[in-house]
Amino acid sequence: MKKHLGIWLLGLVALSPVLAQNKVKLTIESWRNDDLKIWQETILPAFMKKYPNIEVVFAPSAPTEYNAVLDTKLKAGTAGDLITCRPFDKSLELFNAKHLESLNNLPGMNNFSEVAKAAWSTDDGKTTFCVPMASVIHGFLYNKAIFRELGLTEPKTEAEFLATLQKVQASGKYSPLVMGTKDQWEAATMGYQNIGPTLWKGETGRKGLINGTQQYNKGGFLQAFEALAKWRPYLPRGYQALAYPDSQNLFAQGRGAIYPAGSWDIGTFRQMNPKLELGAFKPYTFPNLGASQCVINDHPDIAIGLNAASKNKDAARTFLSWVASDEFAQLYANALPGFFPLANVSYTVSDPVAQTFLNWRKECQASFRTAYQILSRNANPNNENDLWNASAQVLNGTMTPKQAADMVQKNLASWYGPQKGK
Amino acid sequence: MRRRPFPWHVVVFLAPAVVIYTLFMIYPLLDSLALSLQNKPANGPQTFVGLQNYHALFTTEQWSKPFWNAFWNNVKFFLIHMLVQNPVGLLLAALLVTRIRGAWIYRTIIFTPTILSVVIIGFAWKLILNPAWGISQGILDAVGLGNLNQPWLGLESTALPTLSLISVWQNIGIPMMLFLAALIRIPDELMEAARVDGAGAWTVFWRIQFPLVLPTVGIVAVLTFVGNFNAFDLIYATQGALAGPNFASDILGTFFFRTFFGYQLQPGDPYMGATVAGVMLLIILSGVLVYLFAWQRRLQNIQF
Amino acid sequence: MIGVIGIHIALIAYSILALFPVLLVILNAFKDKLAIFGAPYALPNAQTFTLEGFRTLAATANFPAYFLNSFLVTAGSLLLIILVSSMAAFALAEYTFRPNTLIALYLSIGIMVPIRLGTIGILQLAVSLGLVNTLWILILVYTAQGIPLAVFVLTAFMRQLPKDLKDAARIDGASEYRIYWLTLPLVRPAIGSVLAISMIPIWNDLWFPLILAPGEATKTIVLGASVFLGQFVNDYNAVLAALTLAIVPAVVLYLIFSQQLIRGITSGAVK
Repeated sequence: MKKHLGIWLLGLVALSPVLAQNKVKLTIESWRNDDLKIWQETILPAFMKKYPNIEVVFAPSAPTEYNAVLDTKLKAGTAGDLITCRPFDKSLELFNAKHLESLNNLPGMNNFSEVAKAAWSTDDGKTTFCVPMASVIHGFLYNKAIFRELGLTEPKTEAEFLATLQKVQASGKYSPLVMGTKDQWEAATMGYQNIGPTLWKGETGRKGLINGTQQYNKGGFLQAFEALAKWRPYLPRGYQALAYPDSQNLFAQGRGAIYPAGSWDIGTFRQMNPKLELGAFKPYTFPNLGASQCVINDHPDIAIGLNAASKNKDAARTFLSWVASDEFAQLYANALPGFFPLANVSYTVSDPVAQTFLNWRKECQASFRTAYQILSRNANPNNENDLWNASAQVLNGTMTPKQAADMVQKNLASWYGPQKGK
Repeated sequence: MRRRPFPWHVVVFLAPAVVIYTLFMIYPLLDSLALSLQNKPANGPQTFVGLQNYHALFTTEQWSKPFWNAFWNNVKFFLIHMLVQNPVGLLLAALLVTRIRGAWIYRTIIFTPTILSVVIIGFAWKLILNPAWGISQGILDAVGLGNLNQPWLGLESTALPTLSLISVWQNIGIPMMLFLAALIRIPDELMEAARVDGAGAWTVFWRIQFPLVLPTVGIVAVLTFVGNFNAFDLIYATQGALAGPNFASDILGTFFFRTFFGYQLQPGDPYMGATVAGVMLLIILSGVLVYLFAWQRRLQNIQF
Repeated sequence: MIGVIGIHIALIAYSILALFPVLLVILNAFKDKLAIFGAPYALPNAQTFTLEGFRTLAATANFPAYFLNSFLVTAGSLLLIILVSSMAAFALAEYTFRPNTLIALYLSIGIMVPIRLGTIGILQLAVSLGLVNTLWILILVYTAQGIPLAVFVLTAFMRQLPKDLKDAARIDGASEYRIYWLTLPLVRPAIGSVLAISMIPIWNDLWFPLILAPGEATKTIVLGASVFLGQFVNDYNAVLAALTLAIVPAVVLYLIFSQQLIRGITSGAVK
């Protein structure tokens, strides 16, 4: 009997992890596959330390396929418990289709301002269905070593910006601007929506589009297309066939001086080339056009919500409360430099470039991408897709700024009530 | 006289195939077509709207413009295939049928791209043509044509032809093998007789081999037609679902995908998506019917 | 003599064109980033050789699992196609009954009809059957896709079989099912052809795995590679490694089956 006791004990010990397995397992759906490692190594372990009975798995899909894949999974009932929410209409759609639950009484939701919650609430603002995680800020990253070598300083106005580009062009060694148009969205997001808000006066312009008092082919919106067109001569050779990862590669390899960026790129470049000397300057102003007040694009980008069909709602809510906490904000901001939590807590970011971006919130007014609230509700034509197409074509030179602006306005006016006939 | 018992075994033999085929191929097709006859207004229930969606597709500018763009792009895609794939495939087959040493090695190598996934092909060529990597620049430089290099996949004028050529490059294996099979069936005596009469290699090809291969051209044409008008993978892998630049590489497959599933902020529209699918079905069936009636009839006249 | 050399030159030239992109990808998968960009054509040497990309792959994407999924789906579909199609072909070739021609025609329509156009219906069907994100839905869809051509080819072959063997077996009291079983080995070449033609499109398909089974547990190798490519798009090492892993098994399978494959295409489709 004693002989067998040893074996029994061994067996029990071997089986114990299995026996202790009354853990709840939560799955997170996301498009941020770039962040996989960070979630697995930094964020989730912190949560699981606090709540050892809840195991959380981060299971991202490729960003361009996330919407379609999530759609399929939700219809089939195989989606994870926690859904990463795209801002505005995409998530509103999910809420209206009863895939997301209301989080109004979730402990921690009062840690966010109304503006922060706006991207994940119903049109009347009364119900919020995702916990805001972070926003991203747009600006310009530059290679400090190249700037030093060519004796350049951070430009503040459009004239200074173009002069800087010319100097880099003249040196012949580097590409002044590093951006391609093949994927189209950079032209709109890091181009048009980057320098644009200063020209259309931020929220004034954006809200004007929504209530019909402003048009894409007038005023600041048209000027933004014209300003974008000025970038054309300074783009890398063959830029029409350069995709987003190609620009990232080019800049990380030190082959270009200035990279029109979203703050999420900071983390990417730190990973791709830790030795790269990164600097940042905010979107430039246009004093000659009467736009001297800088406005940054501080775009609410990512939130997380509860799958209404989840079988582990209590555990999921615990996780969501943790996401709404100060602890998460501090952790996330530093683990993912370039993503700025929206919680009402002041935090500092250890990455100096990310901190620079964060400081712009104090120096400039803020707005976010124009097509996201309400204006992209139509399938065809779709405002966001049109902006991508128009911006890419302006940079490709296949459309003049006026033609691009007219196209976008015409398409919007074709279906959107307040803009009809304008 | 015994009455024959009901032949249950026939049913047993036929049932599985018919059931699976009907359930997973025919029924979904009909279901999709049925969906194209419905629509759902913003806050109402799904209702039957007859041919209204088709009407919208062809008459409203926001749908008809991208549709016709995709359609004509698809036609161009098909024409480039026919104009490049057939002569080159035929030529390769003619070279291989001469029974030179190592023909089977060449055959195996040339067929290799066909067995690879389109995603792989698309990605590999995207890398090669990428201005950042510089492969295409390097090759053209070596031949002294360096300044001819363009961002082929990024220009509206060259994107579709480039993609068509990549597709031909991948798919040439099958036409080549079909032509080879047809050429092999030509009896040697026929060719010997012609040579004895003094005909050179070119005459033998043009007068004997080519006409006997024409039926195969028809088969290749209809297979290519169905394949091209159904194509999606290559464009999706190289240009993404937006099929840029400025929809220059948008074909019916990508147009359908985007319409049904949406893209980024663009919501999906299952009804118009089903409508596009219905039209695609019509186009493909028409092409096949043209082949079956027109081409086949002409073939009766070519006696072997 | 000159003619023969000319032919060789032409074929060699085209062979280079056919293989060069593939070789380029595989070669560069084993080089470090600087060498990939600096000297794309160079063979990896002692300094530039690296398995970095493959390591990233191993750490973040479960390629062995994707491979297994592809294998299961392909093998399962092929098995089912052969089984149900040979049964149907046997019935169509052997027995005369009134709906015979009609059913044969009905089944062959599928050869020309692109199954993808019914995707919406298939997705809805899969949702209602609860089969989304399972390998089963893929197997069933590919089987449906493969039945038309398989039935067409197998019926033609079975019609040509001599009746004597079958009639003798019947006199001996064999059931029809037994006779079917006896016929199978006689149409082995045709079965080989069907297998060979049907295998490639199933293995290489991106569309249905993308739409019906995109979950991590059911990803096939092509979908996994494409998702991975979308994920590590700026990491050339990982990208080239993923492409290589997707290419090599396909090429190996091809080399093993190339004879049957080519025979299958030429004999099956020339009819």
